[in-house]
Amino acid sequence: MTRPDPTGTLARPPTRFDKWADRSFRGLAATSAALAVLLVVGIVAQIAGQAEPAVREYGVDFLTTSKWDPSGKKFGVLPQIAGTLYSSVLGVALGSLFGVTVAIVLTQDFLPPRLEAVAKGVVELLSAVPSVVYGLWGIFVVIPALRPLANAAHETFGALPIFGTRLSGPGLLPAAFVLAIMVLPTVTAISRDALAAVPGKLREAAFGLGATRWEAIVKVVLPTASRGIFGAIVLAFGRAVGETMALAMLLGNSNSFSWSLFAPGTTLATLMANQWPESGAVEKGALMYAGLVLLGITLLINSVGTLILRRTVRVEEAHQ
Amino acid sequence: MSQAEALAAPPALYTPHAAPRATDAAVELRLKSLHYGDFRAVRDVNLTIRRNAVTALIGPSGCGKSTVLRCINRMNDLVRGFRLDGEVRFRGRDIYDKAVDPVAVRRAIGMVFQQPNPFAMSVARNVTFGLKLNGVRDHLNERVEQALRGAALWDEVKDHLNKSALSLSGGQQQRLCIARAIATQPEVILMDEPCSAIDPIATLKIEELMTALKAKYTIVIVTHNLQQARRVADDTAFLYVDRSAGGRTGYLVESGPTAEFFANPREKPTQDYVAGAFG
Amino acid sequence: MIAHDEPRARPAAADLNWGLGHRRTLLSAALTVVAGAMTVAAMVPLLSVLAMLIYRGGQRLTPQLFLALPPAAGMEGGGVGNALVGTLLMVAIATALSVPFGVLAAVFLAEFGPETRLAGAVRFVAKVLSGLPSVLAGLFAYAAVVLATGTYSALAGGAALAVLMLPTVLLTAEQALKAVPRRMREAAVGMGCTPTQAVWHVVLPAALPGVLTGVMLAVARAAGETAPLLFTALFSDYWLTRNPMSPTPSLAVLIFDFSSSPFRNQVEVAWAASLVLVALVMLTNVAARTWAARSAPK
Repeated sequence: MTRPDPTGTLARPPTRFDKWADRSFRGLAATSAALAVLLVVGIVAQIAGQAEPAVREYGVDFLTTSKWDPSGKKFGVLPQIAGTLYSSVLGVALGSLFGVTVAIVLTQDFLPPRLEAVAKGVVELLSAVPSVVYGLWGIFVVIPALRPLANAAHETFGALPIFGTRLSGPGLLPAAFVLAIMVLPTVTAISRDALAAVPGKLREAAFGLGATRWEAIVKVVLPTASRGIFGAIVLAFGRAVGETMALAMLLGNSNSFSWSLFAPGTTLATLMANQWPESGAVEKGALMYAGLVLLGITLLINSVGTLILRRTVRVEEAHQ
Repeated sequence: MSQAEALAAPPALYTPHAAPRATDAAVELRLKSLHYGDFRAVRDVNLTIRRNAVTALIGPSGCGKSTVLRCINRMNDLVRGFRLDGEVRFRGRDIYDKAVDPVAVRRAIGMVFQQPNPFAMSVARNVTFGLKLNGVRDHLNERVEQALRGAALWDEVKDHLNKSALSLSGGQQQRLCIARAIATQPEVILMDEPCSAIDPIATLKIEELMTALKAKYTIVIVTHNLQQARRVADDTAFLYVDRSAGGRTGYLVESGPTAEFFANPREKPTQDYVAGAFG
Repeated sequence: MIAHDEPRARPAAADLNWGLGHRRTLLSAALTVVAGAMTVAAMVPLLSVLAMLIYRGGQRLTPQLFLALPPAAGMEGGGVGNALVGTLLMVAIATALSVPFGVLAAVFLAEFGPETRLAGAVRFVAKVLSGLPSVLAGLFAYAAVVLATGTYSALAGGAALAVLMLPTVLLTAEQALKAVPRRMREAAVGMGCTPTQAVWHVVLPAALPGVLTGVMLAVARAAGETAPLLFTALFSDYWLTRNPMSPTPSLAVLIFDFSSSPFRNQVEVAWAASLVLVALVMLTNVAARTWAARSAPK
């Protein structure tokens, strides 16, 4: 029974258990938050720790030499770094071209709202397909479809370095093609936000001056949203640099760099995925070093992308 | 009383409050200033809130009447940058004393908000929420009925106690919030423009309710509606905005028994406000 | 200077007619056609993937697919039973590791210390983590779990996937908590709830649909991840044993292994495994989005 109280109230101050539970739960939440920060520190520390012997052994030469020879204990990732950047640039360029166009179509009243929602859903589902399934699809659909075109291009323009080889199987072009599909949802989603944030009155002003729809888009809307779109492309680049499975399945495993779109290639991530299963302790150390390099590159790219996008938000807030 | 007797006898849910005395203060406000960050929202409010009476805080919008109300149960603690200079005396203590637990204050001083805000639970669980919070676990059904009767809602919801509170109408939701507040029989109930979001008929019900509730509770109500203050309040306090220093600082102009307050306002701003509002 | 009163030809009303004869209008129309074509082209890969999955994977969609072990080189028949169980097990481990941790951190971010320096650091870190290449999550779990326990295992695989799930869980949970109307929080605090009681009894239940949506999106992503498992769980041709500390098969790694197989039967099983995996991922994904859309307006 509640004890009689001269004031007649049933209100009681919080019990000791209430207070204890409150303190503990808040402590637990703060600890979880702190652990999330520590996790990233831990990731960097673990990978760096594992890579340390290799860093000591191979030093900067690791970044500037081209040999991957586990039996001779010689390791260099220059072709991988070059290949990572080359394939990412190609994939992101293609993906951005399509991704930004789709974002324009989805935001500038081209489609009736219902169709717009459907198209948006389809693009989002593109990002739900696992990388390994894109790889499988690439092997059995993209490579056979591209091969005759690629070989025709080689026969006709073979003098140009980018068409310098035949596409016999895995190669840079199918890899970049699939990479483009995989980064498209990222580019579209972030660009769409940037385009949608452009004030309607700016567009109206352009229309009021007699601009056609595309003149308004190209001269007013795109420049206003350019920073957000640029941020989207940078973040997509960060994703492309770290993409592993689809590239491991479509790029081949060549350990050398070629400018030809049809030659097999290599990246840091695919090197790790391809070499790991058969690697010994020494090679694992070198692969950890490669991982550390990849970590540095992605952290750099993602920080730049996040900063660009954060600046756009601030600019928009300042305008309000 | 033995356990058996306690269960056999009708539950003594309400022990009568101490007999009301005209001078008996439930809460005393001695506020020098209230700040949000650098913004001085309110200054100089000295107000005694009588026990078992309805006190209305009135004034133009932006005069800080809600801010003052929210000092009484330390709801302003939720706002970042809020600072209070002065004291709020309740049960003979300054509730802003370091040793006082704001949670305990809010349990003793209930609140009804401008927007009805029932929890997304059943009607019954909304009422038992506060009881369970305060460790009351016996006679829950009877207590739910008492609280809902007290809020003049029982007849409308007695057959849907397990329905979601969100399915009620706005006026019903607000009365449920009152039932939720009185279920634990707090000493004071704060009402922040409780009728501003509901229709006139529901407003009438809630006004009648306030008059009935003051037998057991001390009620402080913020309203922008002068007629409402006139109808329900025993005491009225008028806050106004001081724009002299380029700021917008609310302050207490005058307060007193409602009849006297409206019949003979002493200060110029009060006279203007009362006259203006009545045409 | 422009002479305003210079006599000019009176413009014809016909100038206002819409027509492709105007160069600017023609350009605009052409661009619309190109943009439309590119948008349609962007949808083609998804349709192609789905068509191939149904066409090539659908042929093997029999009970045997779920009950049998993967076929060895040159053998006929077989299924993906152990890989499906392994994927589900590792996703469950990853969920158990990342969800409590991520939701608690989100509660701190949204409720207890939204403007603290720690909260700022957590938000930054979550963004960094969401851009972390999955292969690096694998390297981390290898160093932190495989090396520490001395074996490739479902636990190590789950830990790697948990790292990838955490940012999604954390950031969506924070958004869901922030979306709970202020008045609900005020009601709880006004009743005399401690901050913890307010979160536990009122805010968290109200945010639950949003939190679960985030969890499901994270699960859908984790289920399809392959690269981290190569470093942590490896694969196994057998059913899972009672011992969780042993190499564990998964659909994703099975697809990778069989994709380059010279044996037609193994390739067919890879397609069937892809169908199962994509069905799993897409159903979770679509369910999460539909649910989020339905519980959003309130």
